[in-house]
Amino acid sequence: MKLIFEESREGRGCSILPPCDVPEVSLGEYERKQELHLPELAETDISRHYTKLANRTHGVNNGFYPLGSCTMKYNPKVNEEIASLKGFTGIHPLQPEHTVQGCLKVLKLAEELLCEITGMDGMSFQPAAGAHGEFTGMLLIKAYHESRNDTKRTKMIVPDSAHGTNPASAAMAGFTVVNVPSGSDGCVDLEKLREAVGDDTAGLMLTNPNTVGLFDKNILEITEIIHKAGGLCYYDGANLNAVMGLVRPGDMGFDVIHLNLHKTFSTPHGGGGPGSGPCGCKDFLIPFLPGKRAEGEEVLSLVGSEKSIGNVKAFYGNFLVVVKALSYILTLGREGIPEAAKNAVLNANYMMYHLKDLYDMAYDEICMHEFVMDLGRLKKETGASAMDVAKALLDYGIHPPTMYFPLIVHEALMVEPTETESRETLDEAIQAFREIYETATKNAEELHQCPKTTTIGRPDEVKAARHPVLRAEL
Amino acid sequence: MNYPKELCYVKSHEWVKKEDGTVLIGITDYAQDALGDLVFVNLPEVGDEVVMGEAFADVESVKAVSDVYSPVSGVVKEINEALLDQPELINENPYEAWFIRVEQITEEEEYMNAEEYQEFAESEE
Amino acid sequence: MGKYVVSTEKEQQEMLRSIGMESFEDLFGHIPEEVKIKGELNLPHGRSELETFAKMEELSEENKVFRHIFRGAGAYSHYIPSAVKSIVAKEEFVTAYTPYQAEISQGILQSIFEYQTMICELTGMEVSNASVYDGASAAAEATAMCRERKRSRVLVSATANPEVIKTIKTYCHGSNTPVTVIPEKDGEMDLDLLKEALDSETACLYVQQPNFYGILEDCDKICALVHESGAKLIMGTNPIALGILKTPAEYGADIAVGEGQPLGMPLSFGGPYLGYMSTTKAMERKLPGRIVGETTDAEGRRAFVLTLQAREQHIRREKASSNICSNEALCALTASVYLSVMGKEGLQKAARQCTSKAHFLQGKLSEAGLTLKYEKPFFHEFVTCTPIPAGEILDKLEEEGILGGLPIGEKEILWCATEKNTREEMEKVAVLVKEVCGR
Repeated sequence: MKLIFEESREGRGCSILPPCDVPEVSLGEYERKQELHLPELAETDISRHYTKLANRTHGVNNGFYPLGSCTMKYNPKVNEEIASLKGFTGIHPLQPEHTVQGCLKVLKLAEELLCEITGMDGMSFQPAAGAHGEFTGMLLIKAYHESRNDTKRTKMIVPDSAHGTNPASAAMAGFTVVNVPSGSDGCVDLEKLREAVGDDTAGLMLTNPNTVGLFDKNILEITEIIHKAGGLCYYDGANLNAVMGLVRPGDMGFDVIHLNLHKTFSTPHGGGGPGSGPCGCKDFLIPFLPGKRAEGEEVLSLVGSEKSIGNVKAFYGNFLVVVKALSYILTLGREGIPEAAKNAVLNANYMMYHLKDLYDMAYDEICMHEFVMDLGRLKKETGASAMDVAKALLDYGIHPPTMYFPLIVHEALMVEPTETESRETLDEAIQAFREIYETATKNAEELHQCPKTTTIGRPDEVKAARHPVLRAEL
Repeated sequence: MNYPKELCYVKSHEWVKKEDGTVLIGITDYAQDALGDLVFVNLPEVGDEVVMGEAFADVESVKAVSDVYSPVSGVVKEINEALLDQPELINENPYEAWFIRVEQITEEEEYMNAEEYQEFAESEE
Repeated sequence: MGKYVVSTEKEQQEMLRSIGMESFEDLFGHIPEEVKIKGELNLPHGRSELETFAKMEELSEENKVFRHIFRGAGAYSHYIPSAVKSIVAKEEFVTAYTPYQAEISQGILQSIFEYQTMICELTGMEVSNASVYDGASAAAEATAMCRERKRSRVLVSATANPEVIKTIKTYCHGSNTPVTVIPEKDGEMDLDLLKEALDSETACLYVQQPNFYGILEDCDKICALVHESGAKLIMGTNPIALGILKTPAEYGADIAVGEGQPLGMPLSFGGPYLGYMSTTKAMERKLPGRIVGETTDAEGRRAFVLTLQAREQHIRREKASSNICSNEALCALTASVYLSVMGKEGLQKAARQCTSKAHFLQGKLSEAGLTLKYEKPFFHEFVTCTPIPAGEILDKLEEEGILGGLPIGEKEILWCATEKNTREEMEKVAVLVKEVCGR
């Protein structure tokens, strides 16, 4: 397909702006001499170009999207409409406070409800994505130890079952990462954890359920070990969808958390963002939260704290994403929140149960909202890899599961169906997995050729990385 | 798999070639095969110190990055700049595609000869 | 109560039974009782769609939407063509995840490749990433790109947007990187103090062009000074202004970043916005975040993929220089659709009108009694001194449905004009200002 630049025809354009109604000003030596190439197209051309691009994009609306760890649930349309109300989109972030009471109420209400769901006491919406929330949480822990002049606490413990981004987030906040291996049951090895802690422990990063989809039963013991050593416990909210309304991070002993509103709270991913990764914490850490929070009773105002870690971005975060998440929570309410979690877990167990006679499961026990298949044996016996199975699913119109993650399972496929899929969809996917398995055992070579029905076949990633072409030549 | 007789080897899958008081260091055929198509190499700078048993470079495939360890302690005399533009040279001929030349060597690991290394590499499978 | 669970209760029971379970309790039986919530959460009861919409609409109506906006300071009110809104609302774009599976994501991947190209065209730089969270975090990420073993100090001009300065400081505190703010002098960065601060340990300088006060800094000189000391120059620029302003590449910058919100994103009380980042070929591998590259499939067809992934956090883990995963892809798409609709001519027209109208407004306000604080070249923002407290002027404008400039001192206002502001509107502002000042 052509690039938009290749469709450009000299002299075409759209008439958007009227002529200038004031004398024109030149900025002389401050003006550019470098050529500027932008497409010259009529609105018809542009509209069709992007429609073609949309047709070559698979979203949750197009079909099943069981991408493990990403919680690709349905994105309700009413939330989109609410977020496009002029009373939200038309508001300048630096308007006088009395003219933005609605926005402040959104922030305050969302904070209250999310704190209730997570067992936290305060929350900042400034972080724009999960990784951003992790970084913020790490800075909170750093600021806490600094405020106590406890400067020797430089180590962050990150079990290998923690979320993939955690080590990089800890490192960005200046911590040295200490990896702790999991036991054979997929949970944190308590002995190894005890050995790892000391008076240099700043904290622990963990998600529960963990990245292999298991709920760590020893969670209270884990957080106690860290607290006794003087560290703080950080909860990565990537997997909250499995337990929301049933278990709260705050009750598991966590002091700081982040949430992914674009996973758990149904806001769309937009092809890779914008997300929202609010950072919540217990009372004693609230003064360190970044940015400003909406406070007050009748009349709200934006309040910052002197001890704040500062800003992790400008203003108050991805506000419209918060609007969508709040709409979602209000719709589900106290009944719907746990119901969503229960069905997310049911759907995952249903799929796992109906696949485990063929596919090896990394951990063959009740899973939470996702499960990890281990294709090591299949690859050894037939030559069909996790990649081959994933690519074969594309021909069924199914977005493949997360591949080769978590790293502790070598030929991993991580499946997260979510609660917004019907039994028929799950059955069709189960059928697809089973047929692919059969093909693998009969003729794995056929799988190496997949996908066959998509707009392109497997791209040459080695070529792309060795000799990067990162922009169009104009 | 190729294991040239004239080279020395270490367990982290690097080879060493001794030349006039300096050594050339690269990764073995076994290593390049295990890593797959390499797409980028991070090399140290001339004049940097390398420490025995510590990483001095890393190699990237499309979806992985692996450290390359130094079997010696010393100072980098030369780097193989060709690898920066053509990392594929490592896949094509790992024993020609040296990474760095080290001088002022103060310590060296215990090396394996080709036969010993071959046995070791095969047991790693 | 509202819900998006598909299965009926009957279906749920059947599914439970088919996996050998009696009830949901069996599914959650392995979770220790001590951590389970007793009873229900203290949340409101669920609502129907109609009720949720009504409640949220009510909240939105508690905000005041200004028809006439003369405030910028990091968020700008521009006209957004209808085609932009309609195209970026396409469900495929909205509901897709990061394009990990290239074969069914060519649309989003190509759109990012086109976005990267347009950012390179605007800034004149050679390479762009797929975007980061916003302009402030882009600036902070850029400072991390410049850190080297022997060069770790970051310099920031005091004339940059305060939110950006604060963000850079926060990120740098994380990585234990020292930051020095170079003070201002008459609305510009003090070049003498910059000279003093630049040394062999300086990693980079961040400067904003036009700066927070709208003023055009002497970036030729700044770039020369910075490069002389061996440090890198990061320029923060307004992408609409780049329609006509000298590009970061023309100045010789090493990294160009900025807030992409003016390119078709509504004000939205501060987000989602768009952080753009671009740099030289030499620094390409230091760029954080997603990057899309062009390649081919086995049949030689053009294909786009996420590339240079081994730089990223999921592979390099604690050695990665940034942890960013999600970016602002839909906002990047918005920017590229905006730039396609406007085209070169439209963008340059918008930029020309911004600066022309700002100068017109400044002239009118001066006649009304608000003097220009800095006699310096400016783009579409400028600072005036007010004879009476700024608040009195702004209150008056507010009564008339006008959001005046941002008060940045008791008697100082930072104004902004864009292509949306009409002559009539600006003349009205001047009349009102004169009225309240003359009282």
